[in-house]
Amino acid sequence: MAAIPVGALEQSADWEVPEQQIGLWQDAWHRFRRNRLAIVGATVVLLLVVIAITAPLLVHFKLIPDPYTQQVENIEVGPVTAGHLLGTDELGRDTFSRLLYGSRVSLAVGILVQFIILPIGLGIGLAAGYFGGRIDNILMRFTDIWYAFPDLLFVLVVVSVFQQYTFGNVIAQMVMIFGAIALVNWVGLARLVRGQVLSIKEKEFIEAARSSGSPPMKLILKHLLPNSLGPIIVTLTFGIPQAIFLEAVLSFIGFGIQPPTPTWGQMVNSGYESIYANPSSVVFPAIAIGFTLLAFSFIGDGLRDALDPRMRR
Amino acid sequence: MAQTLLQVEDLHTQFFTSRGVVRAVDGVTFHVNAGETLGVVGESGCGKTMTALSILRLVPDPGRITSGSILFRSKDVTKMTDEEIREFRGNDVAMIFQDPMTSLNPVTKIGPQIEEAMTAHDRFTEALARGRVVELLKRVRVPAAESRVKDYPHQFSGGMRQRAMIAMGLSNEPSLLIADEPTTALDVTVQAQIIQLMKQLNRELGTAMMLITHNMALVASLCQRVIVMYAGRIVEEGPVEQIFKSPQHPYTWSLLRSVPRVDEARKDRLVSIKGLPPDLSHPPPGCKFHPRCPFVIDKCKVDPEPELAEVGPAQVARCWVLMRNVKDEDVTAAKQSALSKDAVAKLKEPTGQVSGNAGG
Repeated sequence: MAAIPVGALEQSADWEVPEQQIGLWQDAWHRFRRNRLAIVGATVVLLLVVIAITAPLLVHFKLIPDPYTQQVENIEVGPVTAGHLLGTDELGRDTFSRLLYGSRVSLAVGILVQFIILPIGLGIGLAAGYFGGRIDNILMRFTDIWYAFPDLLFVLVVVSVFQQYTFGNVIAQMVMIFGAIALVNWVGLARLVRGQVLSIKEKEFIEAARSSGSPPMKLILKHLLPNSLGPIIVTLTFGIPQAIFLEAVLSFIGFGIQPPTPTWGQMVNSGYESIYANPSSVVFPAIAIGFTLLAFSFIGDGLRDALDPRMRR
Repeated sequence: MAQTLLQVEDLHTQFFTSRGVVRAVDGVTFHVNAGETLGVVGESGCGKTMTALSILRLVPDPGRITSGSILFRSKDVTKMTDEEIREFRGNDVAMIFQDPMTSLNPVTKIGPQIEEAMTAHDRFTEALARGRVVELLKRVRVPAAESRVKDYPHQFSGGMRQRAMIAMGLSNEPSLLIADEPTTALDVTVQAQIIQLMKQLNRELGTAMMLITHNMALVASLCQRVIVMYAGRIVEEGPVEQIFKSPQHPYTWSLLRSVPRVDEARKDRLVSIKGLPPDLSHPPPGCKFHPRCPFVIDKCKVDPEPELAEVGPAQVARCWVLMRNVKDEDVTAAKQSALSKDAVAKLKEPTGQVSGNAGG
């Protein structure tokens, strides 16, 4: 083998066809784009975000009625009556504009809750997976115990304890509810991250990095975390509809954001008593919840397929 | 005389499993001189990799270095603090692994990945390290190094990845590079390139190399000295020419007989070694190689294997028989028997009770 001249070998190396410069993320984006349902979901979500942001502007320019104004002469009117696209509720407030305003709470719950879940789940999962042994055992048993507690019950307890400290302040209420929902939903992420770390930890490149003297923090942040990012993003995306739904449930049973701030769950709750007389005040918020959940789930599905390295071509 | 870089003294690395204690490395003593290339050969599961990992103190759980010392420039690796060992890895001794496909982080570009190996230590600043990456890739002869630093590992071919791994290993200018089967996962032509490269680097940089392999040809072309390991122990050690010319331990002899050679008569068939290496949690009594040895005598089955004894110039072996004491007709018989139907049938049996049908 030593007889083969070096130059000849060098040339053989040049035969490689230079691949197009495609990074992992561009690659994932390509695959995501090919998934029609995911694109539909993304479009719906984008639309919702635009609506949530512009709702106050629409009211300001009088394109839609104010969601807080009661029109005593138009209580529980049907759709397309007296300038109310989707009718009014039992207090004579415009259902359409309340629907648009409700998206603000729902999106905020869905997305901000993930930002609370992320550090908790990541911290516990990374620590348990990386250090292993006793630390892993303690953290995971803690997680198990947490998981064993019924979600709804836990949230109800938190809300009923802290409700009195919010003094009717909407922001304070939101923070409390976000926190409560995040506290019951971090378990899944923590377990996922731990599992990811455990499997990636055994890969040779971790050993290689260790053998070149990489400090533990670098191992975690540069090797373990980036390699588990795909599943983490997917889990968080699926967590959004879960959180939205939980908030809707809370609002429905009256433990969510307190009136008059409109939320979809609350609208279903208040319209529910007059469902036969005025179905539009129940049906439309319910549809809004349904479609939003579906849209996020489609995105989640699309991301899961796009970020799964095994799906690579 | 060459200066001793690494002195491993009576190293024991054991795994504490539910099935008992596995003596993966069982009293290994050897040294590596500055600038030299040392080959470590043996079948899979003979403790070669564990010896290497022990040197870097990277033995995976539930394994532990239980006794012995590893002196690198007369500083004991086994007694280093965590911070010291971290500085030691990569800086003084670097390691490259068998499979370049899995040894690179798939989500980090090649350039930053090599850079990281340097910035893990204080030797190079970030800017300096970045500048060195291209230079290193050129040194390991990666074509178009300037543009390839921006590539992800999956855009590199196997040989190129192994070059990148070698570049990473060399990035901190270690005085010893441990290569754990660096060519096993590569195809033959690429293997030749990598061997060529390692040879050149060893000459250019004077980096000592410890080459772990089961490829005898690789040892012959790269190494000056060779250690043969079996069941966690060194069974033979000596200069490469000496070992190839007159192997004294039957295991070394068998290993050499099992690879094709250009200079052998054509009618000489290859001889495979019967059975598998022993289960190290329950090793056989006596010499651990005796169930597979074609020249086994009764003493081998009862008495513990002897100490390493001088058998030639700078050559030591651990055997009661020694190849020079084996009669020529027995050697021929051993070659024959390994090919007979009888032996093929025995191959299929589990290890243990394979009698020495060649006599001895």
